[in-house]
Amino acid sequence: MVKTMSDNYYDPEDLEDFPNIGEDAPELGAAFFNYYQKATEGGALSEREKSLIALAVATVRHCPYCIDAYTNKCLSLGVADDEMMEAVHVGAAMSAGDTLAHATQMRKILKKKGM
Amino acid sequence: MALTPTINDIPGDQRRDSFRDHLAQDGLYPLTANGIEILQLNITRKCNLSCRHCHAGGTPESSLHMKEKVIDKCFEIAGYPGIETIDLTGGAPELHPSFMNIVERFHSLGKRLLVRSNLVILLEEPFQHLPDFMARHNVEIVASLPDIHGARTDRQRGSGVFQKILEGIRTLNEIGYGKQNSGLILDLVHNPAGAYLPGSQEALESEYRRVLSRDYGLAFNKLFCLTNCPVGRYLDYLEQSGNYALYMKALKSAFNPSAARNAMCRITLSVDPEGNLHDCDFNQMLNMGIGGNRVSVFDFDYEQLASRSIQIRDHCFACTAGAGSSCQGVTV
Repeated sequence: MVKTMSDNYYDPEDLEDFPNIGEDAPELGAAFFNYYQKATEGGALSEREKSLIALAVATVRHCPYCIDAYTNKCLSLGVADDEMMEAVHVGAAMSAGDTLAHATQMRKILKKKGM
Repeated sequence: MALTPTINDIPGDQRRDSFRDHLAQDGLYPLTANGIEILQLNITRKCNLSCRHCHAGGTPESSLHMKEKVIDKCFEIAGYPGIETIDLTGGAPELHPSFMNIVERFHSLGKRLLVRSNLVILLEEPFQHLPDFMARHNVEIVASLPDIHGARTDRQRGSGVFQKILEGIRTLNEIGYGKQNSGLILDLVHNPAGAYLPGSQEALESEYRRVLSRDYGLAFNKLFCLTNCPVGRYLDYLEQSGNYALYMKALKSAFNPSAARNAMCRITLSVDPEGNLHDCDFNQMLNMGIGGNRVSVFDFDYEQLASRSIQIRDHCFACTAGAGSSCQGVTV
């Protein structure tokens, strides 16, 4: 069944098409999904820990699909609301930190160019 | 009363993309019983709690209890050799006026006997003697603890219930329930406190064990993960919160034919307080009788029932999502 294209750039139903992104590049698509699966499943870190990392990255990267997916996954794995919020703060702190860390570049140039 | 027509209002065989369609695509329609291993008796609708996820509509006001002649017949049925487990549920089964007598009778059969307890009832007068009583009759206790985080459990089951459940677990642990090698089984039940599907049972059991042991010094045997079934109060919640369509989509997307093959209804017979037979507790709440008819314990025919066709509708997607869901946790 052909669906009417949504008027919104971001729509929850877009995610249904995600498994099909390999259609025009099957080998690359399969390689990505295999890698994605391996990277996010439990290993030295638990699936729970990895889901919190993914949630933090999703918010930093402003990806509504990933925020939806990983908030749900964290809920499913019994992660508490405050644990999720702390993970998002780690992402926020890292974002602020890496912005401010680049102030060192600015300061380096200021020192060099100043009299 | 549903705010909007839902999938459950339309018979499953009159829609595309129905549960029946999904079964048929995998050669599983009609779904048939494969014996009767579990006799699940809903002995009362009365409950001391009014949980938001309750599919059974249990309330403190209910006075619907299973009558003695029905219990007598169930006792006779439970004696069939193929039936291995008697599963007492409700409501709060402890609130049946003859609860102790029922436990004593079914215990005498020497079969596995489960009581689904909310634990809170065991702290209240005059039920505080029941933990010892159930231990003496080797009753396995299955207790609902929807979430290991108190706020979520309280949102679902009522304010302060989380702490009372912990107190209930502590009381049971003190007499050996949930402790290794005690022979007294205390299993917990997780079900999502909202419109999402449960994660891995193994991962959640590990998390429950970690938190209960570390923060409260409590023990249990196994964790059963249940997917919330869109019937009863949980269906009301899904509709009122605008989550119904997305939740059904999530269930359908996660359809697993292996979970359908292992569905609990295939080995279970569910009896309502009035003695009517159903394929499962959910069908019971939807007034879906065996074969679409009103069949009671007094019509019991083991051979026919052990190979019956299961009545299905789209709420059945809840038991076939992901690793499957049953009253005893995942099925795959």
